[in-house]
Amino acid sequence: MGGDAAGPVPTDQHDFALWEKRVDALMVLCSGKGLFTVDGLRRVLEDMGENSFETMTYYERWIASVNQNLIEAGAYTTAELAAKMSQIKARGDTYGEASDAAR
Amino acid sequence: MPHDHHDHLSPSGHPYRSDDDHPLTYWQTMEIAVRELLIEKGVTTASDIAKQIDAMDARNPAMGAQVVARYWTDPAFAAALLADGAQATREMGFDIGPMKLIALPNAPDLHNIVVCTLCSCYPRNLLGLPPDWYKSRAYRSRTVREPRKVLAEFGVTLADGTEVRVHDSTADMRYIVIPNRPAGTEGWDAEALAALVTRDSMIGTGIARTP
Repeated sequence: MGGDAAGPVPTDQHDFALWEKRVDALMVLCSGKGLFTVDGLRRVLEDMGENSFETMTYYERWIASVNQNLIEAGAYTTAELAAKMSQIKARGDTYGEASDAAR
Repeated sequence: MPHDHHDHLSPSGHPYRSDDDHPLTYWQTMEIAVRELLIEKGVTTASDIAKQIDAMDARNPAMGAQVVARYWTDPAFAAALLADGAQATREMGFDIGPMKLIALPNAPDLHNIVVCTLCSCYPRNLLGLPPDWYKSRAYRSRTVREPRKVLAEFGVTLADGTEVRVHDSTADMRYIVIPNRPAGTEGWDAEALAALVTRDSMIGTGIARTP
């Protein structure tokens, strides 16, 4: 996107939510353990296409890329991920409930 | 009063992000799943994740400001920083990891500005996490196309004769701008000088405060 035309630079600032900080921490910890590199993170981000920059937030794109890289690295399988995600959804309707319940 | 929603502002003055009490999203579900799988597989631990978040929260632009102030006051350090930024800052106790750090000194007729057109690479170990605008499509697109206009939006108006250099970060390389030392600070020590160094002045979207 470098060099594309665009509107004014937005000046809004938000505090990072806990789940966003966790995504960031997972990226740093997993790359520190050699599971993937920052290049790997960026490759998947670039492959998502321009539309994802309109429809997804920053850390949504990051978790998608972290997940893709971890599956490629063999950290877990897509089947394990799917099972875990449905288990989590069954815990509750909010991030707080789903993240902390039943553990 | 800045605006009407002050009840919803955090202590830092920013609005709270929708978080724990909002409907669970697909991507949040994925974050929880990835985190729990990594813990179950023994890749990491809940405590390591919490420590990483604490370390990240503790980083802030004051660290970069110390580097800039020392550059202004310690010629041997300035030379070392230009030669190997990562090593020179590591010796100050700031570990920037395996990346290269390139210091970009401004000059009276030269202004540097940093962007990451691909993503959001940023010297986070010296400045903390990047501001939202740094990651925005508008900043990333336009800084390489019309840097003077972007600078003007940040309140930085440069003389016509001033050269502007735009530096695009990569995954392995981080930049920190060394702003010009403000006039009227002769004889100041590094600690006093550091208070003049703003986050934006180290990204290049600002200049150091004047005393």
